[in-house]
Amino acid sequence: MLDLRQYPSLGAALRDALEHWPNETCLIEADRDKEKTRLTYSDFKELARPLTRALQDADFREGDRAAIIMTNQSKWLVSAYAIFYCGGVLVPLDFKLTAAEHLQLLKHSKAKFLIVEYYLWRAIMQSPEFKNHGVKTVLVAESPLRTDLGGAYRWEDFHRKGDPIFIDRQPEDVACIVYSSGTGGRPKGCVLTHENYLEQCISLTAWYPFWPGVRYLSILPTNHAIDFMVGFIGPFVCGACVVHLRTLRPEYVRDAFVRYRISYMSLVPMVLKNLERGLRAKFDELRGAKRFMLNRMIALNKLLTRRRPNVKLSRKLLGQVHKAFGGQLLALFTGGAFMEPSTLQFFYDLGIPVANGYGLTEAGTALTLNDFKPFRADTVGRPLPGVELRVLSPDSEGIGEVSVHSKTVMSHYLDDPELTAETIVDGWLLTGDLGRFDFTGHLQLFGRKKNMIVTEGGKNIYPEDIETVFEGLPVKEYCIFAANYVWLAKELRNETLFLAVRLEPNQQPDTALVEEINVRNRLLPDFKRIDGYLIWDRDFPRTASLKIKRNGLAEEIAKTVERTAIVRL
Amino acid sequence: MPTEQQTLDEIMDLAAQHFKVSRDKLQPDEDFFKTLDIDSLQALDLLTRLENHFHVEMPDYELQGVTDFRTLANRIQSRL
Repeated sequence: MLDLRQYPSLGAALRDALEHWPNETCLIEADRDKEKTRLTYSDFKELARPLTRALQDADFREGDRAAIIMTNQSKWLVSAYAIFYCGGVLVPLDFKLTAAEHLQLLKHSKAKFLIVEYYLWRAIMQSPEFKNHGVKTVLVAESPLRTDLGGAYRWEDFHRKGDPIFIDRQPEDVACIVYSSGTGGRPKGCVLTHENYLEQCISLTAWYPFWPGVRYLSILPTNHAIDFMVGFIGPFVCGACVVHLRTLRPEYVRDAFVRYRISYMSLVPMVLKNLERGLRAKFDELRGAKRFMLNRMIALNKLLTRRRPNVKLSRKLLGQVHKAFGGQLLALFTGGAFMEPSTLQFFYDLGIPVANGYGLTEAGTALTLNDFKPFRADTVGRPLPGVELRVLSPDSEGIGEVSVHSKTVMSHYLDDPELTAETIVDGWLLTGDLGRFDFTGHLQLFGRKKNMIVTEGGKNIYPEDIETVFEGLPVKEYCIFAANYVWLAKELRNETLFLAVRLEPNQQPDTALVEEINVRNRLLPDFKRIDGYLIWDRDFPRTASLKIKRNGLAEEIAKTVERTAIVRL
Repeated sequence: MPTEQQTLDEIMDLAAQHFKVSRDKLQPDEDFFKTLDIDSLQALDLLTRLENHFHVEMPDYELQGVTDFRTLANRIQSRL
C-alpha cells in the first residue's frame, strides 16, 4: 500500500498508484456474464491520459467542478481520475435521481463540466428545465454514433494528444461535493477535502487491508460514499482490483463471486437478504444425511469461530458454501441502513464475516465498523482509528445523539453556513442518530433524532425531498414525516414515511382523495414512497415566514395520537 | 407478434408462477411491489425470467420507475 501520509491529495496518490503497479489488473467491468473491459494500472493510465489532456484543453482548471452521473462502470473511475489529475473538484451525483433533480443539483453545485451516461443524458435533455443547465461542457458516454447530443461531446471521442499537466492540491482543498439530500428542499452538498478522504482510507485499510491480487466486487453505485472509498480509492492505492458489475440481478452477482474469485464486497441490506434467501432455499432442498451433515458443520464452525473468524478453517468445513462465493471471500461490508442481526449471524455461522458499520456522508464513509474481535451482530462496531465518538445528553438508558470528531468530517455544507453551524458545533459533527456504547466499546444504534429514513437499499430519504410530488393535493395543508421521528421508536426497524393531512373545513377523507394520494405517491420511485396518511384536525403550526414548524407539529401529533392512527395506503 | 394485451397477460401469468401467488390477485395497474410484497432485486429476477420468455434483453435501468404490469408490458412490447 502507498504511504498515504506522504500525499497531499487524492490526485497525487492515485497518480503514483498507476506508476507503482503497472502490470497489476486494476479494473474489470462485466455486464451480466460478459466481460467488457479489463485494465491494468498501466492501461488505466493510458486511457485516462488523452481524456485528461482534452479536459485541460477545454479549460478545465484547478478548483473547477465536474459532475459525474453514471452507473458503476470503468468510465466512472477513469473520469474521476482525470478530474483529480487536473486539480478539479468531483461532484458525484446519484444516477437514480430524476432528470429534474439532476439539473437542480448541477445548478446548485455550479459544475462546469458534466460526464454522463447516454440514457441519463437523454432524460436530462427532455426535461423542461434543460435549457438552464448551466454546464459548460458535457461528455456523454456510450451514446450511439451520429446521435444528436444537444451540444454535448461523446466521451469516447473527447481525446487530445499530448501529456496533461498534473495539478496538485493541498489536503485542505476540496476534493468532492457529495449530496446527502436536498433535491426537493434545501440541498445538502457535503464539501469533503482531500484530507477527509486520505484519512478515511488510512483508517479503513488499517482494519481491512487490500493488496495486489485482492478483488473487490462493486455493485453499489460509485457515487455512493462507501463504493467511492472501498471500490475505488482504497483498492487503487493498494494495487488491488475492482470488479464492476453492471447489473444488480442476483444470479449474476452470485456468478461474479465465482468467476472473479472475489475477496471483498460492500452491499446494502437488501442485497445481503437476497443472498441469504438464496442460500436458505438451497439448504432447504437438502434432505436426510446431507442436511444433517450441513447442520453439524455449521454448528462446528460456529463453535470454532466463536472468538474470531477463521476463514481458512470455515472454507474447509463448509467447502460447498464457500465455493458458491468463489472460495476467496474474506469479508462483506454493509452499513448505512438497519441490518437484521439474524442475517449477520447467519453469514457469520457459515464462516462469511459481514462487517456491519455506520457512517454518514458528512463524515466521509464510515465511523464505526465491526472488527470481529469478537463478532457482534447487534452493534455497528467500534470507532475506526482516528475517529472520536461521543453520546450527547444520554438518557437513563445511556442513549443520546451520536456526535463525531474526526479528520474525516466534512469541511462544510456548500453555500449553507447556517446549516453548517447547526451541524458542526465546536468541531463536533452532530449526526442526528441516537446510540449508546456498550461496555466493550461497541456502538449500538437506536433510532434517529432527524426526520428521515434509510431504506434497505441504503438510500437516505428526507421528507422535504419528496413533498413536491403532493403539491396541489386538494387539502388545506400537508407535511411528510418519518414515523420513527414523530413517535421516537428507539429502533431502526419499521422505518416508514407518512403524510400528515389537514383537510379543508367540511372536507371528508373520501375515496377520491385517497386515490389522488395514491396516484401521486406512485409518481415517486418505489423506495421513496409514503406508506400511509394521517388526518390531522388542527392547523399546522407555522413560523413567522409561514414555514411549517415540523418539530412542533411532530410533537403535537405524538402527544395526541398513536402511530396506529396512520391509515396505510 | 403478440398484442400488448397478450404480452400483459403473459407477464402476469409468469409473475404469478414466479412468486407463487394466485393469478387473480394481480391487476395490470396496481403497484406490484406492494401486491407481491417484493423488493427491487426480486423484481429484477422476474425481469430475467421475462427476458428469457420473450427473447428480449433489457438493461436494469429499464425497470427504473416501473411499478405496474401495464408499463412493464409496454416496455417489453416495444422491444419485441
